[in-house]
Amino acid sequence: MSKTRKKKTSKKWERIDGRKPDELRPIHIESGVLPNADGSAYIEMGRNKIMAGVYGPREMHPKRLSKPNQGVLRCRYHMAPFSVDPRRSPAPSRRDMEISMVMRDALEPALFLERYPRSVIDVYVEIIQADGGTRCASINAAAVALADAGIPMKDLVASVAVGKYEDKLILDLGDYEDKKGQSDLPLAYMPKFDKVTLLQMEGIMTQEETEEAVKMAVEGCKKIYEIQKETLKKKYGMIQGEAAAPEDTAEKEPETPEEAEEPTEDDKPTEEEEQ
Amino acid sequence: MSTTLEERSIVVPGDLIYEGRIRTGDNTYRDGGNVYATKVGLVNYSKDRVSVIALEGGYTPLVGDLVVGTVTDIELGQWLVNIDGPMDAILTVNEAIDKPFRTNMDMTRILDVGDLVVGKIVDLDRNRTPILSILGRDLGKVHEGFIIRITPSKIPRLIGKKGSMINMILRETRCNVSIGQNGRILINGRSRADEEIVEKVVHKIEAEAHTSGLTNRIQEYLKTIKEEKK
Repeated sequence: MSKTRKKKTSKKWERIDGRKPDELRPIHIESGVLPNADGSAYIEMGRNKIMAGVYGPREMHPKRLSKPNQGVLRCRYHMAPFSVDPRRSPAPSRRDMEISMVMRDALEPALFLERYPRSVIDVYVEIIQADGGTRCASINAAAVALADAGIPMKDLVASVAVGKYEDKLILDLGDYEDKKGQSDLPLAYMPKFDKVTLLQMEGIMTQEETEEAVKMAVEGCKKIYEIQKETLKKKYGMIQGEAAAPEDTAEKEPETPEEAEEPTEDDKPTEEEEQ
Repeated sequence: MSTTLEERSIVVPGDLIYEGRIRTGDNTYRDGGNVYATKVGLVNYSKDRVSVIALEGGYTPLVGDLVVGTVTDIELGQWLVNIDGPMDAILTVNEAIDKPFRTNMDMTRILDVGDLVVGKIVDLDRNRTPILSILGRDLGKVHEGFIIRITPSKIPRLIGKKGSMINMILRETRCNVSIGQNGRILINGRSRADEEIVEKVVHKIEAEAHTSGLTNRIQEYLKTIKEEKK
């Protein structure tokens, strides 16, 4: 890793970790990591490490919070005490409440909540290690976890922040850039509809810079969206273009080829033809 | 008016699966004249409709489903049954014992909280709350056997075409198996060893549900574990 903390004073301007202004941090997402949850995802975005678990749709408790005509999405954003230095109190803070709320608002447009009256979908997000931009990474993980739970969705939601640091716009701020920067603009985006579902900003930007920042963030979201899609497909060990290779059959003898036509094959259930 | 993907290719929510007008099947929705997927699954084009076979997903109650549930609460004249769905199902007294409800009745004698039932969904009320019935063959309170859970979206694979998969398992293990569409499976065998074989096989089917030629592979798998037991 080229994580140099030294400030570069050379002529060519460079980011603190040597990235290009419009370059994302390395992202790794895994789905289905928690067997007890209905759906789950784990994301590493730079040095962020975040776990998301989804439960539901299920009966809501307390019942008075449920809505008679539509389902409710409940999000809980929580940072582990050890996720930052110095230790952070595990009690929910004002900031946690806010991020829980913006996550809910960012994810809600992607769901068909009207299909689940009087029910609730719970999304729990736990920050294991924080490195700036946790709300965006949390939304990315939560979207994958929701899809992994098999909850009907219009589209996945991708999210990334753009900030201003040393008078330049940069994509996907790290912790240092976030703290030292002049401005920060997190954005969540549904690529299929070209819709922004979350837009916050702190600090100072001109109108032109804001417009440019939104454009950069949308481009970043599109890249993350591809990674999210890849992750969900990867679970079944058959990314398009490759031959269908069942992942769990390693301990058994190799599968009989397709020409050995079986009369007992099902039509409705899931099966994969060789491509 | 054209398909955009190959038959049986894997899709994720938001994937474009059809351009133009067509009837939309399961797990799809229409937007701006095109059809998109709503779940992770395999796309299925048939003559006049396009649908997605879900690989992930909870249970959505439908009329006619056989389900295995737990009694969670007793109300006046009805029980609430948890069937792992979006909401609890209702089981009324006259759907449980074929007699009308009387206020002097001791409902806990018929079914108590914590009891397991095998029931059938006979109706969905206007809030889409499922209404259960336990009158009928192979339905009612569960007295013996044990229950395992799998993902509800993989239940059709466990049953197989016209029950080919499950009938084969029943034949080989001589167990009684009630498959709830909600993902709970009640196994009742002659011996614990038989039940364990069924459990192993069911979990194998769950893990390999998306592969082809499964019935034959499971048949061989059954033979190998039966020999191991001997």
